[in-house]
Amino acid sequence: MTDCFIYDAVRTPRGRGKKDGALHEITPISLATQVLQALRDRHDLDTGLVDDVILGCVEPIGEQGADIARTAALHAGYAETVAGVQINRFCASGLEAVNMAAASIMAGQTQAAIGGGVESMSRLAMGASGGAWPIDPSVAIPAYFVPQGISADLIASKYGFSRQDCDAYAVESQKRSAQAWEEGRFQNAIVPIKDVMGVMVLDRDEHMRPGTTVEGLAGLNPSFAMPGQMGFDDVAIQKYPELERISHVHHAGNSSGVVDGAAGVLLGSERFGEVAGLRPRAKIKGFAMIGSEPCIMLTGPEFVTQKLLANLRMKPSDIDLWELNEAFAAVVLRYMQALDIPHDKINVCGGAIAMGHPLGATGAMILGTMVDELERTGKSTALVTLCIGAGMGVANVIERV
Amino acid sequence: MSTPDFTCFQCETDADGLVTATFDVPGKTMNTLTQAAIAEIEALANWLKDDEALKGCVITSGKDNGFCAGADLQEMTALLTKAQGQSEDDKREAFKLAFALNRVFRSLETCGKPVAMAINGLALGGGLEWALSCHYRVVGSSSKIQLGLPEVKVGLMPGAGGTQRLTRLVGVMAAGPLILEGKSLRPQEAQMQGVVHEVSDDPVAAAKAWIKGGGKAKNPWDEDGFRIPGGAPQGKAGQMFMVGNAMLRQKTYANYPAPIHAMAAVYEGLQLPFDRALEIESKYFVKTLATPQAQNMLRSLFLSMQDLNKGARRPKGVDKDKIESLAVIGAGFMGAGIAYVAAKAGVKVVLLDTSQDNADKGKAHSETLVGKAVSRGKMSQDKADALLANITPTTDYTALGDVDLVIEAVFESREVKEAVIKQAEAHMKPDAILASNTSTIPITELATYSGRPDQFVGIHFFSPVDKMLLVEIIRGDKTGDRAIATAMDLVMTVKKTPIVVEDARGFYANRCVLKYIEQGLSMVAEGVPPALIENAAKMAGMPVGPLALQDEVAIDLGVKILKQTADDLGNAYKPGAVDAILNGMFAQGRLGRKNGQGFYVYPKGEDKYLWDGLSDYVTGSPQSLDPQDLKDRFLYAQALEAVRSYLSEIVTDPREADVGSILGWGFAPWSGGVLSFVEMTGLEPFIARADELAQEYGDVFAVPDGLRKMAEQGERFYPLMAVA
Repeated sequence: MTDCFIYDAVRTPRGRGKKDGALHEITPISLATQVLQALRDRHDLDTGLVDDVILGCVEPIGEQGADIARTAALHAGYAETVAGVQINRFCASGLEAVNMAAASIMAGQTQAAIGGGVESMSRLAMGASGGAWPIDPSVAIPAYFVPQGISADLIASKYGFSRQDCDAYAVESQKRSAQAWEEGRFQNAIVPIKDVMGVMVLDRDEHMRPGTTVEGLAGLNPSFAMPGQMGFDDVAIQKYPELERISHVHHAGNSSGVVDGAAGVLLGSERFGEVAGLRPRAKIKGFAMIGSEPCIMLTGPEFVTQKLLANLRMKPSDIDLWELNEAFAAVVLRYMQALDIPHDKINVCGGAIAMGHPLGATGAMILGTMVDELERTGKSTALVTLCIGAGMGVANVIERV
Repeated sequence: MSTPDFTCFQCETDADGLVTATFDVPGKTMNTLTQAAIAEIEALANWLKDDEALKGCVITSGKDNGFCAGADLQEMTALLTKAQGQSEDDKREAFKLAFALNRVFRSLETCGKPVAMAINGLALGGGLEWALSCHYRVVGSSSKIQLGLPEVKVGLMPGAGGTQRLTRLVGVMAAGPLILEGKSLRPQEAQMQGVVHEVSDDPVAAAKAWIKGGGKAKNPWDEDGFRIPGGAPQGKAGQMFMVGNAMLRQKTYANYPAPIHAMAAVYEGLQLPFDRALEIESKYFVKTLATPQAQNMLRSLFLSMQDLNKGARRPKGVDKDKIESLAVIGAGFMGAGIAYVAAKAGVKVVLLDTSQDNADKGKAHSETLVGKAVSRGKMSQDKADALLANITPTTDYTALGDVDLVIEAVFESREVKEAVIKQAEAHMKPDAILASNTSTIPITELATYSGRPDQFVGIHFFSPVDKMLLVEIIRGDKTGDRAIATAMDLVMTVKKTPIVVEDARGFYANRCVLKYIEQGLSMVAEGVPPALIENAAKMAGMPVGPLALQDEVAIDLGVKILKQTADDLGNAYKPGAVDAILNGMFAQGRLGRKNGQGFYVYPKGEDKYLWDGLSDYVTGSPQSLDPQDLKDRFLYAQALEAVRSYLSEIVTDPREADVGSILGWGFAPWSGGVLSFVEMTGLEPFIARADELAQEYGDVFAVPDGLRKMAEQGERFYPLMAVA
């Protein structure tokens, strides 16, 4: 099996995913294009060496439709021999894109590829692409479909995390994100985004609220009490009948932020590095995916981690740094509880509660954060994972080179 | 062209070429869509299409009691047989049969001439679906008229365009309650929601006026550029489906195939051209008919219930009495309730108690109920006044001298009842019938206090009387046919469903429901989390969890019944988990809902929640927390008790056992009732599972020999294909 190396990892800053967000005026194709151009321009890369561009995107319709990956490669001025494919593994799409690119390289079928993702949540709202799973009665009813926020509240109810626990976690996320920015830990990865005139509009994550306190969060209303009351609480209870009720602990302040952004990771074989004149930064040790119970939905990281560590014959203690996407506070709290991970080893640079979760791109973003962080701290091994809609998990272990 | 020969329509054509087709199915008291009627609707459509002299058609009904009650379920045998068939050819045949009505209504809708329907009486199911295929609907103004699609209530779904036309007419949101829950609309509501175009005192004239005014022969969905109100499923209406799916599971626990299939037909149909949409509906209709739930619900909740309501079990050869007067002794909660339902049905009621004050209080119960009904617009003031005028509260036993039937509903004590029975008979006409509403004392025993035991019978109403639809008629050893017949006539007069049961402890319903509560309490003792107990019971299809039910019944009453049973059985009585919990909680002053403290805590103005002190009553460790095991325990415990009742002839007719179980204590209606549940499980698999449960949980699940014998000999409770 060929080794697959990470040669670079970049991302856009994350713009607030609203009409007044800095990136709202930037088309998703432009976000993806600027990422691809940055990867090329930082290394004077001969794009003819790249076989494929794989981009995750969760709402691949409208201006994110029609294979945005191939469109972005063309638009970025890559060689026309570079293929492109858009994939959708919901919230883990960005990491999945990296893993698919790695798989092909490891199998010897490609020499180099870019894995990444893009999502303009301000322009294509969550749920814009519809689908059978949440809507088709023949599918949704037997699947005990509930929105993710209900699943997150279900996790909190089932595993005993209070509103206080979740808010304390959120405050820590804000603190770590602010500190990471202050110390310039993201500097290397950031691709400042320019507007149509070529003027820079954003070079820093826009969603953060560094001064957040537990007292401040206490005033926020739970986001999912209303859908819960409309019937989704009962759906969750019918799946988990040991619960008398669902406690609604999640709100805008302890859930991932809605943002716009894109990311790209340049992957290749050792030979590609030699030809392109690039030095590898990290090695992909392995990756895995798993399906888990879809109603509680967001507990997949625990199971995919166990699967991946077993595949790699590793123990949790072999992992120096853990990164689990902060979809909701309870998701991370449950993961730490299940695998006995100390808080100071996981999400050390903060996460999506503070900085936001641009669905299709996040997986590639947090992988990049781990590459930078391993280099900064001199540590060796990191595990990156995300919880996923419809009950899945994807994980990946990298090793600094 | 001349008028075709019709038998179900009387057709008149006026000088302008406007046909008035009066729908009047011969030999039926209520118009239904018989095969003959369906064929004639098609003939009518063809005639309208082909005869150039005709300008349009108004359809109305010739029956006094309504417009059309929908499909003729008695005629559905062929369709049901095919739908239940295993082969693809069977399914194709079933589809053809099911699609016939869709095809015919569609031919009327596309005949090219404007068709208006003058709905001058209730239009339900296929009746409303027919109306929806017309181009204009005028409904009479009587508040008695109802429009609705009640199919889901008997396990079916609308199958003649209802899921497609109603949603395209008023949108998914407004159509939902009609299609998925069987809600019906009064004329004004129907107009407000856009289901009908007009409400009129003279719907036929209004319908004619619409046609003469240039009414268009096209429904909105056949116009170019038609858009579904509220949006399409994978568009604006997506959110509505998301929430709608959740609400459907919330309310039904996904135990009922029909509403899920109806929802699916709506979702898929709205994404198809109209003619293909009708096909999808018919396919889901066939798919629904193929489920045992639909077959069992149709049998129990429609056919059997209809039979029982018509007095199928009334003794033959006893002349039917019209019950005009009744006396109720004991104006407590039960007596007052009986007085109310009788007075509501137009029966003159003497309500007798020991003091005038008590008797008046009993009548006040009716005053409260009619007060509520009037203020909610559900009863006119005239009706309310008439109802109250029917009740005469008194302390005077001589008032019993004029009535044909006396029901005693006094305190549950042999001594009190003995005195009342003797005193009543001293004043009653010699041929009058005396009934007891006891729920705990054997009728045969009470009959020993009577001088004419052949005229003595049990009539067991359930509480609250105004809501509960079942009445058990209890035959004591000496009860004669005339007493049974009179009791039945009363039950039918008050529009409840009678079942005849033999005189045994707890009669039929209570002995079965007791097994349900008992399982719940046993689980508490085993250490099953209380929330899981309650949720699993509701998931099994029970309307109320066993612990909540015990709270409703009241814990002190439970204690009383236990004591009575222990006294009666003597040394044979073995106290168990139930005794420990009920006696313990009673000693702690927890009486149930009535004092706000029971298995639940009932904070004022807030939702009840489970009491955390129940953990003190845990004495073991649970053998299984699998919800399926808990569901099985609940359903099997009840079903086995019902089977025992049936085999020991406490209840003798499967229809009574099934209908009684649903109406009496809400046994999983999706199953069609206790015996239907056993039969749909299959006798052998049922016995095998019960044997497993008996090993784990004891004699409650012991299978009676009679059931094993039935299984061995391939017998069933119902003949095969008993449906229709």
